[in-house]
Amino acid sequence: MRHTISVLVRNEFGVLSRVAGMFSGRGYNIDSLNVAPTLDPKVSCMTLVTHGDDDTIEQITKQLHKLIDVITVKDYVQQKDFVGRELAMLKVAPSPDARAEVLRVVEIFRGKIVDVSPKSFVVEVTGALDKIDAMARLLEPLGLVQVVRTGPLAVGRGL
Amino acid sequence: MRLTGSEILIHALREEGVDVVFGHPGGAVLFIYDAIHRLGLKHILARHEQGAVHMADGYARASGRPGVAVVTSGPALTNAVTGLATAYADSIPMVCISGQVPTHAIGSDAFQEADNVGITRPVTKHNYLVTDVRDLARTLKEAFHIATTGRPGPVLVDIPKDVSNTECEFLYPKEVALEHYQPRYEGHWGQVKKALALILQAERPVVYFGGGAILSGASEELLAFVDTLRVPTTYTLMGIGGIPGNHACSLGMLGMHGTYRANLAVDQADVLIAIGARFDDRVTGKLDEFAQISKKIHIDIDPTSIRKTVHVDVPIVGDVKNCLQKLLKLLDDERPEDLERFQRRIQPWWGRIDDWNREAPIAYEQPADGPLLPQFVIDKLYQMTEGRAVLTTDVGQHQMWAAQYYHCQGPNNWISSGGLGTMGFGLPSAIGAQVARPGETVLCIAGDGSLLMTVQELVTAVEEQLPVKVAIINNRYLGMVRQWQQLLYDDRISGSDLHVGPDWVKLADAMGALGLRATRVEEVEPVIEQALAHPGPVFIDFQVKETENCYPMVPAGNPSSKMLLSDPDPMG
Ligand SMILES: Cc1ncc(C[n+]2csc(CCOP(=O)(O)OP(=O)(O)O)c2C)c(N)n1
Ligand SMILES: [Mg+2]
Repeated sequence: MRHTISVLVRNEFGVLSRVAGMFSGRGYNIDSLNVAPTLDPKVSCMTLVTHGDDDTIEQITKQLHKLIDVITVKDYVQQKDFVGRELAMLKVAPSPDARAEVLRVVEIFRGKIVDVSPKSFVVEVTGALDKIDAMARLLEPLGLVQVVRTGPLAVGRGL
Repeated sequence: MRLTGSEILIHALREEGVDVVFGHPGGAVLFIYDAIHRLGLKHILARHEQGAVHMADGYARASGRPGVAVVTSGPALTNAVTGLATAYADSIPMVCISGQVPTHAIGSDAFQEADNVGITRPVTKHNYLVTDVRDLARTLKEAFHIATTGRPGPVLVDIPKDVSNTECEFLYPKEVALEHYQPRYEGHWGQVKKALALILQAERPVVYFGGGAILSGASEELLAFVDTLRVPTTYTLMGIGGIPGNHACSLGMLGMHGTYRANLAVDQADVLIAIGARFDDRVTGKLDEFAQISKKIHIDIDPTSIRKTVHVDVPIVGDVKNCLQKLLKLLDDERPEDLERFQRRIQPWWGRIDDWNREAPIAYEQPADGPLLPQFVIDKLYQMTEGRAVLTTDVGQHQMWAAQYYHCQGPNNWISSGGLGTMGFGLPSAIGAQVARPGETVLCIAGDGSLLMTVQELVTAVEEQLPVKVAIINNRYLGMVRQWQQLLYDDRISGSDLHVGPDWVKLADAMGALGLRATRVEEVEPVIEQALAHPGPVFIDFQVKETENCYPMVPAGNPSSKMLLSDPDPMG
């Protein structure tokens, strides 16, 4: 089962390596990891995506809690509980006769062209994971060169 | 008051009640050593940093107070890693101060630079690099707080050389500001009630306790609990001494070299009460066949210990002492006739357990003129110290025999590397224990392989006039390895032969200590007597039967109910 885990941490020296080291040391998977400051500059938010059976996820959240620099841990599984979004930038270098098709795909996915050069576009798109996967799949035969993505971010619904 | 970083360190240690540190100096801690000298802090010079950390560890285990080690940067820190990992595996409260290259040189591959916090991150409960002297006092306060609260553990504070020599205003904080680090001590009343209800309806209950009971200082409560219910009780290697080893309800240790009755009792139990223990693989054997029939209660202060490997029916997160106090309070309200009914109900269970004990007791037969049996030597040590010595061990067969035959009478008297199984732990931890408890007999049961790993610390004992008694169970093998090779690898003895070894008597003598030797039965008592009466440190070379094996034994991967009880019959 895929879990998106949102972790607030004290912004201390080495905190990223503590979290990453806990995962690698205990053999847990990190599918993606995103770290950025919050409104409080002393606190950062990490969003990680991992998968495992219920027992593994329970251990992961407990082990995260156990790290001294971790403030809170939120484990999101059910779509109804949270909004999950990812930002991706896709570089496409289509042949001249595929350019129109690329633009159509971008429009369908409500992407944005953020850079244009004679031979390539950079497309920005946000959405749930599968949306970005789907878009990349469609762009692939049209000359997709590179994809960079933030990994999902998550925020709980309501208050 | 304006102080340098080094002076702040010494003052902070004083504030924390630390009156002795174990260490080894070097370039990055020269200012710290200068402050140790100027401010008159008691320092014990270990001859190797691993030794220093094991000493701090032994001190902590024997006293219940955090041990402190000081090491310099680079190779000193890497030497200390084994000691930290040992303490971490057994949840021992400790603060280790390491020196670091000056802040401006960090990251430049400077001389003796190592990423101290990076290297020690997986073997400490927490660690710090202090880059600003103004953070030092707060950091030290936090370090001691974290090391000693919740599930204890070692904390490392890495201090760059310039920080140790920069001045700032010193004020030791009264409180720590770690709002989100709040270990839960209070056991949940509802869960405690559920637990007791489950226990009182049991027919075949077993208590299984571990190091958490010792760390939480819960011996008294544990004893009261066991005495009130007269419930069969077994313990892990780390739990030894939690109740006296020869208590009427004690089944002895469980697990890989546990007693026959303890392993079978756990296998057949209908309610298993795990107290400050963590279902380690040396205890459970094959996991999916461990104590399958039983409903399980698990008391532990560390939530990650609960349901890590074994399903639990009644989890209780909390301090062992607190939870036992609550259980005792509830027991107080039980009607005496209900308790009697419980005790009557479990009588047949006791009957079965006693049968198992008759079937395969922990026992040996020492031939009067045969080679010394290690079990006999340890039994004699037990008798002649009345089980009251502070006992440390190395790792191997001798450690398991010590667990089986030295019935420790109290908590904090059994000091052994359980989680990591660190050879060479015995002598330095004995030195630390002797520092903590100066008037008492400190006895190290050492292996001839293990002792050689940290033997240089005998010089430390001589220098500090610490009268530790080291009983070397000299079987001329890495015996535990040889045993496995004999039993599981068709007797191919690979790399475990120690017939080329030191003359231990001469070695002790060369280091300024007393060396004694016993090879025959009648020599054992006089030699122990002489050692105990000697005012300084002693090595006793007990030359024992080389190929004696330690039983019962649960071969790795087997369920713990499937024990080998003796050497396989060569004919069959
Ligand atoms: C540092 C370290 N290295 C290797 C081992 C693996 N090991 C476990 S027991 C043992 C043999 C110990 O020999 P000795 O100290 O003579 O004790 P004996 O088993 O003979 O009583 C070894 C090598 C270990 N536990 N620790
Ligand atoms: Mg040996």
